[in-house]
Amino acid sequence: MATTERDEAGLIARILAGQKELFHELIRPYERMVYMTVFSIVRNETDAEDCAQETMVNAYRHLGKFRGEAKFSTWLATIAVNEGRQKLRKAKRAKEDSLDEPSEGDDQQFTPAPLTDWREIPLEALERKELREALRTAVAELPGIYREIFTLRDLDELNVAETAAALHINENMVKVRLHRARMMLQKRLAPYLKTTAPAKKEFWRRMPWN
Amino acid sequence: MELNCKHVWAYISDYIDNSVPPELREEIERHLEHCEICSAILDSTRNILVLTGDDRTFELPVGYSERLHGRLARELADEANAPTTG
Repeated sequence: MATTERDEAGLIARILAGQKELFHELIRPYERMVYMTVFSIVRNETDAEDCAQETMVNAYRHLGKFRGEAKFSTWLATIAVNEGRQKLRKAKRAKEDSLDEPSEGDDQQFTPAPLTDWREIPLEALERKELREALRTAVAELPGIYREIFTLRDLDELNVAETAAALHINENMVKVRLHRARMMLQKRLAPYLKTTAPAKKEFWRRMPWN
Repeated sequence: MELNCKHVWAYISDYIDNSVPPELREEIERHLEHCEICSAILDSTRNILVLTGDDRTFELPVGYSERLHGRLARELADEANAPTTG
């Protein structure tokens, strides 16, 4: 995820050496990421907030085990995913989505792109509340494995490797599932996005989902 | 090789993430130049991602941060919970 350069290793060392108040500072950039991650799994605000708190408390208690091979944000995301899944199991409503077999062979090189250079969306479309509402609903209704991927990659802005590590799946599966998740959302939201494209009625009738 | 629309759709996500090889990227771009349908799919997908990155789309509960730091303050105050260095 995008963070300003800060000396997290130094912060962590100082916390472990006894300046534990610094933990507040350490986790501040990740509050949103942790909440969105657990929310994508447990799907209600109360449980998500519980899980987010548990994630941070666990991170604190086990901070000495963080070795710095991974980024702190990835380590935290991994704890968040585990907390969320544990909560689901405890609530006995873990309807495990079947693991799909990705059919696409895809071993290309990849360079994760930060989500910064996509500014061509018309401003007035971004301002439409119903579009945001439709997107929230569409994401909430994605099958679990796609909701998790989409949240970690496109909402939390973890890169492919970090997402793979947090979800304990390989990078190719991250890309395959992310593609499917985005296409499902695109299909679902296309009717809302119509007005943003320079199109004629005839053109939209030719779109593949019609 | 001339790409057809279905080929292009298969690569939309990787294309957005800038993770297709340069030659393929060029081919996709050549296709997009003359294909309104694929261009619209690409643009609408990007629009969704822009909207996803807008903090107003997925909001944190009011008071979340305060409650989180309150919980942590209680945790930090309890010496028994000091992080283990094991």
